[in-house]
Amino acid sequence: MSTSTEQFAEFADVSATTLLRFATAGSVDDGKSTLVGRLLHDSKSVLTDQLEAVEAASLKRGQEAPDLALLTDGLRAEREQGITIDVAYRYFATARRRFILADTPGHVQYTRNMVTGASTAELAVVLVDARNGVVEQTRRHAAVAALLRVPHVVLAVNKMDLVEYAEPVFAAIAEEFTTYASELGVPEITAIPISALAGDNVVEPSANMDWYGGPTVLEHLETVPVSHDLTACHARFPVQYVIRPQTAEHPDYRGYAGQIAAGAFRVGEEITVLPSGRTSTITGIDALGESVDIAWAPQSVTIRLADDIDISRGDLLAPVGDAPTTSQDVEATVCHVADQPLAVGQRVLLKHTTRTVKAIVKEIPSRLTLDDLSQHPNPGQLVANDIGRVVVRTAEPLALDAYADSRRTGSFLLIDPADGTTLAAGMAGESFATTKAVAVVEDEEGWDF
Amino acid sequence: MTTVVNVHEATDSPFALSHLDSLESEAVHIFREVAGEFERPVILFSGGKDSIVMLHLALKAFAPAPVPFTLLHVDTGHNFPEVLDYRDRAVARHGLRLHVASVQDYIDAGKLRERPDGTRNPLQTVPLTEAIQQHRFDAVFGGGRRDEEKARAKERVFSLRDEFSQWDPRRQRPELWQLYNGRHAPGEHVRVFPLSNWTELDVWQYIAREGIELPEIYFAHEREVFARNGMWLTAGEWGGPKDTETVEKRLIRYRTVGDMSCTGAVDSDATTLDAVIAEIAASRLTERGATRADDKMSEAAMEDRKREGYF
Repeated sequence: MSTSTEQFAEFADVSATTLLRFATAGSVDDGKSTLVGRLLHDSKSVLTDQLEAVEAASLKRGQEAPDLALLTDGLRAEREQGITIDVAYRYFATARRRFILADTPGHVQYTRNMVTGASTAELAVVLVDARNGVVEQTRRHAAVAALLRVPHVVLAVNKMDLVEYAEPVFAAIAEEFTTYASELGVPEITAIPISALAGDNVVEPSANMDWYGGPTVLEHLETVPVSHDLTACHARFPVQYVIRPQTAEHPDYRGYAGQIAAGAFRVGEEITVLPSGRTSTITGIDALGESVDIAWAPQSVTIRLADDIDISRGDLLAPVGDAPTTSQDVEATVCHVADQPLAVGQRVLLKHTTRTVKAIVKEIPSRLTLDDLSQHPNPGQLVANDIGRVVVRTAEPLALDAYADSRRTGSFLLIDPADGTTLAAGMAGESFATTKAVAVVEDEEGWDF
Repeated sequence: MTTVVNVHEATDSPFALSHLDSLESEAVHIFREVAGEFERPVILFSGGKDSIVMLHLALKAFAPAPVPFTLLHVDTGHNFPEVLDYRDRAVARHGLRLHVASVQDYIDAGKLRERPDGTRNPLQTVPLTEAIQQHRFDAVFGGGRRDEEKARAKERVFSLRDEFSQWDPRRQRPELWQLYNGRHAPGEHVRVFPLSNWTELDVWQYIAREGIELPEIYFAHEREVFARNGMWLTAGEWGGPKDTETVEKRLIRYRTVGDMSCTGAVDSDATTLDAVIAEIAASRLTERGATRADDKMSEAAMEDRKREGYF
């Protein structure tokens, strides 16, 4: 057996590893490709033929060193222009965890890509250049992570080798960022001083920064909690599909298939069906081949009920006493993701969990500038990459949670009924983009600092 | 200012799901989404491991009811007999309906021309596109994974195709949360990739965990092969070996299964699932890099073929 086989023998039995979805935000200039390349490379996820292809392509373009960005830039236009157009998904694993990385471009015009990558991420890595510190783009990335409610944010202060690995430089940037992101509501921030190029604190601890006592980027990715006590969450089950075999073997089987969107459900629990408001009791939960007493997010299951009531795709099951209210008026923060604009008065489709309803855009109260979080009242329309507030009236009642309470049942899409284009990604309820009177701080005379 | 985090064990919570459970749950959700939103879905089924895993997931998603989809195989005419046999047995066992679109029929009718290199994979696009139009399929499940190739890394789970089956990477809809937008005009269809987030290793680990039977050619066996473009190819009527190529008997297995003319075998003594998994985990080559001539054609080969309607 070769050494590599021994090294990887542990992967042969990784049935107990968990999965972490994370996103990276930062521009090429911050060294994002190098960081991603190093994570992939040092976790042995870049294989010989991929490296050879990158080397060949780099040579063809007259570059001397293999350009790691070519690992992630998959489309011809991207390679020709040396930019990243779209979210690229990357996969790697260590003995402790499997990772899905949404690698998102950091340029201003690609806000929608960052929003897309962050929407499914449990962790976001925001990259800054130690020489430049927190810049407008950093604030934009922090704002997107906060808006999308990504539970963990890592601030990777890169290029520490170019500031002599000086702790005060790192400390000042970390403090500024942490203050800013905390104000936006980011619940957990971990700052790590790194040099992606030299390899400090990416995978291996840095000998150059013995003043830093925290984890490397990879260590943090491997150990950050991906699951928590779901019994404390509001349980939500959007019905996807009704399973009725009507066969000789299963003449009376009727199960409601779906993926638990939040919390946990138990056999014996009393549930409410929304929007009808009918109630019943869970008599069985089939978890893809085995009967279980309890199931939780994000498991795909089939739930059976005591009563034969009318339930179909688009309905929502929730515990009696902990059901969301239904409403036809939706107020939300949206990120506009299409090239065609979204205007007041526009007729759209709204897709929320497994339910799609007709809707009309009643108001666009404000547009937000991500750089300084300033509000622009009544813009009339939103264009690509805009973030703003909308008020939407739906043709049917929706059981919508606040996005702050549940990412999966508080999110929705606005779709153009004419051609099916996804227009906007919506987050119901309040956010820091909600218009509020900004207190003006007056200079107080008589104080002498 | 140093941030110290408490180091948790990755699986400390009773609510932690294993990575295979997470991926399975996501794939099942995708199958059920399509069943709920489309009229005429079809699964591309070749008898290869990815399509076998897809079928297994679909069976689990709708049990105890039957799978509400038909199957479609685009047969190049150069498929391994073991794989076709497996395909037919799987169809019979689960009482499914299989459509076959045959590249050979198109060649015989003069609608397609054999390529000089004998490779038929690129010829699959027309029969596939026409089968989709003829049967009016509106959702087509493919076993494609984003880890396979750079252009695929940018692919959506729900990938809209026009009436010519073309893929325009610039016109892809952003895909957020787990909200898949499958709206399409008549004549258009959506390609759906339930295994988008799986890796080759995940697929094998899942096959092992679920005890899924595979065609024998995935395991080490003695076979008459010859070398071409740095790959071991199976000798056969499809166009090999040439006079300059010598056939030899070797212990090999296939990492992927496709058209005989461009699917290479690897030297291997892995006769069990565990041995295969250990071998893949230790491999320094990607699945396609090791075994597929067709992806090596050019830096943008896959992107070009996807644009034309290839899976």
